Amino acid sequence: MTMPAAEILGKLTPVLTKRWLSPDAWRIGTYEKLDGYAALRKAIKAHPDDLIQLIKDSGLRGRGGAGFPTGLKWGFIPQGDGKPHYLVVNADEGEPGTCKDLPLMTHDPHSLVEGVIIASYAIRASRAYIYIRGEAVHAARRLRNAVNEAYAKGYLGRDILGSGFDLDLVVHSGAGAYICGEETALLDSLEGFRGQPRLRPPFPATHGLYASPTVVNNVGTIASVPYIVLGGADWWKSMGTEKSAGPMIYSLSGRIANPGQYECGLGITLRELIELAGGMQPGHNLKFWTPGGSSTPLLTAEHLDVPLDFEGVAAAGSILGTTATQIFSDQDCPVYATYRWLEFYHHESCGKCTPCREGNYWMVRVYRRILSGQGTQADLDTLLDTCDNILGRSFCGLGDGATSPVTSSLKYFKQDYLDYIEGRTAPKLSDKQLVGAH
Amino acid sequence: MTVFTDETRTRAREIIARYPADRSRSALLPLLHLVQAEEGYVSPAGVAFCAEVLGLNKAQVGAVASFYTMYKRRPTGDWLVSVCTNTMCNVLGGQEVYDTLAEHLGVGHDETTADGKVTLEHAECLAACDYGPVLTVNYDFFDGVDPQTAVGLVDELRAGGRPTPSRGARLCTLKEMAIQLAGFADEREGAVADGVPGEPSLRGLRLAQQHGVSAPGFDPNTPIRSGKAGDKPAPATPAKATPTGSTAPDVPAPDRKSPEVRAAETRQPDAKTAVPDAPGTKVPVDGAAPSSGDAQAAQDAGAAANRPAGDGKPAGDDAQAQERNLREAESSGHGRGSANDKGAQK
Repeated sequence: MTMPAAEILGKLTPVLTKRWLSPDAWRIGTYEKLDGYAALRKAIKAHPDDLIQLIKDSGLRGRGGAGFPTGLKWGFIPQGDGKPHYLVVNADEGEPGTCKDLPLMTHDPHSLVEGVIIASYAIRASRAYIYIRGEAVHAARRLRNAVNEAYAKGYLGRDILGSGFDLDLVVHSGAGAYICGEETALLDSLEGFRGQPRLRPPFPATHGLYASPTVVNNVGTIASVPYIVLGGADWWKSMGTEKSAGPMIYSLSGRIANPGQYECGLGITLRELIELAGGMQPGHNLKFWTPGGSSTPLLTAEHLDVPLDFEGVAAAGSILGTTATQIFSDQDCPVYATYRWLEFYHHESCGKCTPCREGNYWMVRVYRRILSGQGTQADLDTLLDTCDNILGRSFCGLGDGATSPVTSSLKYFKQDYLDYIEGRTAPKLSDKQLVGAH
Repeated sequence: MTVFTDETRTRAREIIARYPADRSRSALLPLLHLVQAEEGYVSPAGVAFCAEVLGLNKAQVGAVASFYTMYKRRPTGDWLVSVCTNTMCNVLGGQEVYDTLAEHLGVGHDETTADGKVTLEHAECLAACDYGPVLTVNYDFFDGVDPQTAVGLVDELRAGGRPTPSRGARLCTLKEMAIQLAGFADEREGAVADGVPGEPSLRGLRLAQQHGVSAPGFDPNTPIRSGKAGDKPAPATPAKATPTGSTAPDVPAPDRKSPEVRAAETRQPDAKTAVPDAPGTKVPVDGAAPSSGDAQAAQDAGAAANRPAGDGKPAGDDAQAQERNLREAESSGHGRGSANDKGAQK
């Protein structure tokens, strides 16, 4: 393992992560000493429209996977419409491979709370919710503590910092459903229903929580806001690329020497990230990887130099997603990896639409058959045909995402499938697990 | 049937009070965590309790409770051991950990040991892939586990010990955890402070620190540009030499458009020309920030205008609107007969 070259080290841009080294940054006293709530004091003196314009100028795009321009989203909220407005933070982190929001909320919860207050002021919301994944209990402990501290200090509640602006913030724990990361399913869940996606349009910007104008943003998006308010749009744009501005937390996991969180300007390549992470583990050679979680099509060693920004990854036929790069080596089987992801999508499908509910159920069974050495060539056609019937025909992105590992692994690693089918690879599952597969 | 304690009823009222008065159904998820805190699972009595305090029927509550993985439908042990077997943890050894524990404990997924101590489950991605393979006990993390350490862990739990999680707070029982999930602070002295950041979370940051790398050009005093110069003074900024030339001067927005035009463009970003606002829409044209009274009045008015959620329908699904549409369809002759329409309406 060698030390990364200086020009690659220079690509690190610790912004959102920088307080994590201060062990008490989750306490309001420490946070305030580290620039904390300075952005709020500054923002609350500005006109809300100027804040929306600032976020537009910064080029900030959603950090939850879709990359929608944040300022534009805020601007969609109709003003002066006589309805209550809501800000909802999507903290339901669960995309396989993604692990950036939990450490942020655990080690620097106030940065999220401060971002919530500024964003709510900008969109004129007097109620905000953080919908946090149920399993994220320690992050929720710290977050609830931060909210209570912020109330005690007058950053939340009535007449914040004497500005006349009121805000109530509730931390709402989910109960274990990946689908609630989809924004309309999240809203249904927050209203006390099963978490199932809604038909769009109307979009949450006009008919969101309680059928009122609502902004739903990811944790990383909202936590970026205080930094943009402090440092300005031009500073933010000095990091990243022209269309994908700013820093991003890349979550590296798998067969590398030092898995972890690496915050860099958007547009860094996997080759550079692996160098930062100390290289591959000894004896492992890169075989396949996800650029942004399991819902983004797999890439291979050919794509080491693809710039990891929204445009670069799209040009390579995948999606930037949540920048969760899961790195697999030649000792990992892409067929088995895809099977495990499909078990996940099958388990998490909400059941609302037929293509996703049935398609994932049956694809899991086809994979079990292939992996127990009883697959046929026709199974590969069945898989692609099923994907055709899910992609674009399912109600929300969960179904679309499920097809990503299937079609991409078949595209790059068809031989691995054929090796199971033609008996060159030993079966990985026993045929006990085959009930109902035929 | 269990009768819920007065404390639980008091807590239920506190939960409901977090949400707008006519949106009490939002309290359902925390309430289900609350009844699980008293009984260890969501029993028929728990469902009935939630239905009673929210004015729903039991079917509505049951439909929600059965949707979410964390609501258990059978009594659970004090310790819920969840082993991640999603792809990354799986290939790093999580499957062996799960298989070993299942054999050692003699239980399968979502089953509890005979002594009532440990419930085992395999979990989907727990958002700690850089620590994989991971397992959680009552949702607090144990990182980088292998079959031996996992067996040692459950043996310690069954012997009455409380092993320390890798990054979270000291362990509490599953029922105690459910109280926190219902939205109540962890009352245990020092529990919020427990746990230090794990090395993987800090790796990039440590590298940057070791090599003196930071995000360049950050000046916290960069002014916020005002779209309406003169309306409102720009925030006072101390005169200070900026480290780089990136600080933007405090000038009006470059396009010089009127706020109405910009607001219209924002709402219709694809329109070639600005569209006037709908009649009756008020666009704030002066620089005054909305006062809290306005916001409160707006919230009340909006809450009154929007019907609360009804049976099985999210808010905004208006049964009257459906009927109105049906009547219009019939009168315009497109309907294929009222019987069919009624069928479609269920």
